[in-house]
Amino acid sequence: MNTEYLGIIATFILTLVIAIPLGKYLAKVFAGEKVWTDFLKPLESGIYKLSGINPKEQMDWKQHLKVLLLINTVWLVYGFFVLLYQDKLPLNPDGNPGMTHDLAFNTIISFVANCNLQHYSGESGVSYLSQQYVLMFLQFVSAATGIAAAVVLFKAFRDKTTTTLGNFYEFFVKAITRLLLPLSIVVALLLTFNGTPASYEGKDQFISMQGDTVNVSRGPAAQMIAIKHLGTNGGGYFGVNSAHPLENPSYFTNMVEMIAQTIIPIAMVICFGYFIRRRKLGWMIFGVMTIGMLLLMIPSLTSELGGNPALAKLGITQKTGAMEGKEVRFGPAATAYWSTLTTIISTGSVNGMHDSTMPLTGLWQLLGMMINGLYGGCGVGILNYFIYLIIAVFISGLMVGRTPEFLGHKVEAREIKIAAIITLLSPFLILAGTALASYIFTNNGDAAWAIQPKNWLNNPQFHGFSEMLYEVTSSNANNGSGFEGLGDNNMFWNLLTGVIILLGRFLPIIGPLAIAGLLAKKKFIPESAGTLKTDTKTFALMTFAVILILNALSYFPALALGPIAEYFTMLK
Amino acid sequence: MKKYIIQSVRLTVVLLVLLCVVYPISIALAGKFSKGNGGGEKITKNGKVIGYALIGQSFTKPQYFWGRPSAVNYNAAGSGGSNKGPSNPDYLKEVSNRIDTLLKYNPSIKKSDIPADMVTASGSGLDPNISEQGAIIQIKRIAAYRKIDERKVAELVVANTQKPFLGFFGPTTVNVLKLNFALEEFGSRK
Repeated sequence: MNTEYLGIIATFILTLVIAIPLGKYLAKVFAGEKVWTDFLKPLESGIYKLSGINPKEQMDWKQHLKVLLLINTVWLVYGFFVLLYQDKLPLNPDGNPGMTHDLAFNTIISFVANCNLQHYSGESGVSYLSQQYVLMFLQFVSAATGIAAAVVLFKAFRDKTTTTLGNFYEFFVKAITRLLLPLSIVVALLLTFNGTPASYEGKDQFISMQGDTVNVSRGPAAQMIAIKHLGTNGGGYFGVNSAHPLENPSYFTNMVEMIAQTIIPIAMVICFGYFIRRRKLGWMIFGVMTIGMLLLMIPSLTSELGGNPALAKLGITQKTGAMEGKEVRFGPAATAYWSTLTTIISTGSVNGMHDSTMPLTGLWQLLGMMINGLYGGCGVGILNYFIYLIIAVFISGLMVGRTPEFLGHKVEAREIKIAAIITLLSPFLILAGTALASYIFTNNGDAAWAIQPKNWLNNPQFHGFSEMLYEVTSSNANNGSGFEGLGDNNMFWNLLTGVIILLGRFLPIIGPLAIAGLLAKKKFIPESAGTLKTDTKTFALMTFAVILILNALSYFPALALGPIAEYFTMLK
Repeated sequence: MKKYIIQSVRLTVVLLVLLCVVYPISIALAGKFSKGNGGGEKITKNGKVIGYALIGQSFTKPQYFWGRPSAVNYNAAGSGGSNKGPSNPDYLKEVSNRIDTLLKYNPSIKKSDIPADMVTASGSGLDPNISEQGAIIQIKRIAAYRKIDERKVAELVVANTQKPFLGFFGPTTVNVLKLNFALEEFGSRK
């Protein structure tokens, strides 16, 4: 068998071997049961003490949200000003300039929201201070925020009826000390010892073999690359992210980075099942997500390995598949595998340029971000999936003619309304955002922004439309990857995507937590013969159908104008 | 409310120390024991740095093996791909020109011998590698320009070909800088 296929199969198997035990471990950690990492307790008590926090204080869902939003606001304010004045602050050996207001606005929202859409380039746009004390810091805490929010939801279904849902700070701190930080140390060391720089030395200069003078950007990259993947952030140290030979030096590090970005989202699903003592439900959700992932990945692999039909017409050989925007050391199979994972999981890191992938691969990337719940981001993936579950429960209830129930709690009008609003939010933001951008591109081409709208697109026709659609979709999904040909560092894109990221992050956290909080308060109804069981294959299929239908109805027209149209023009 | 704000600020400060001082500095210190001391592995000749092992360089002279086309001309102070879509007419013209250049400098090869990686820009613009086939099609030219036996050049290519990871996983690659380095060494030995 082809070594490129073997590479991705081995990667996926290793991912599961790590993620499944990790999920069981997390269930114990967040339930406060004994685990082998309990030796870290003194570190945690130290953190609580210095911060004046009592981790035993119980919170209801509203208090959880209050704390979550407050601490996120603190980070927004702090980071915004550092980015703005980074040129006047220390740790800037390359002498990079401060950010403009709109770029700082976009960047800080993007990193607080775990999106990591980057309208700057790492080598020339940020100082080492910004990279570490703002961006990398946020990669830790935004991932921990997502995980803590998911644990609050889990907590609501662990007990029969409850209003107290644990302590937000405790979940948040434990997500860092018991999960993100230890794993980051392991991954960062693996990267450092395989060629990624980790020291604080600035740019280097040398004379090449041919006699050219070359400058090389360096810096403490390994530390950030570790958490960028584990926390499903995706914001790279260097401009081209994990396609950069220092950010991702070899096939081995590529495997490490692919595994690192997948384990926590999968572990959270397994953790859900074990934590609420309904393991079968956890496995069913995992099954649906995995089937969805494979349905997106297999056609991506075929279209990338098949090569570019337009290049085939020029007469060259494409034995290794489509290579534009890809690196030889990974090959098209590992790049296609990565592109699927990074779009379904909301990491948004790339090891090849998505803009140059085949039209159908672009379609699957877009669809992965639109669904945004097949594994999904750190913690928030399962929150998004929860909304699909509630909608599926509601529709099933209507079909069999009874009041819908979820895990022993009646799902009533209020909960459904919240779920419906959250479901409608994504298509609204994506379609309205793309429509607005397209309107400005066609009607105000000469507007005097940093990049004039008529010069936004790097590619003509349908592919140009896809560039705009991708940018908005990626923002809403808090993904952060891009069709990077788009000229996005200007007032319009910085503000538009900034606002979309903000709404696309926090409303889909608030909604599920509100539903969970409301459900948890309700009287527990014991299971009877008439109960709709949610941990069966039938219900799993139902959820899958709901995901498929909702997304197809919302996005088919937009997708038809972009990647699908491009695909058909290339058939000619 | 006020209590939560104060707690949030204090927790942020504590975590800044743990995550942005203790963690990265420990990794940087550990990195001192890696190849290149955590600053990237360098290749030196007579004590002078001539490149980074992982960073591709621009090779345009006919006596060197060429690397892949680069959208940033191998400027490692930045990085970037072409971001050209697969159906973009300008892009297809560019590829067509690259094919012609390769055919001109390597008159013995056919169009169908040219692998995609030699005429398409890499993702980073700094790709240090080419495919095995990408090196093989250049052997005749190198041998002619350097006036050395073709078989010798072919041997150097084989010696600098990196097999898949652990023999099973991923593609076979050739590091262009290391190959050219070996070529120069061979030339000066003669």
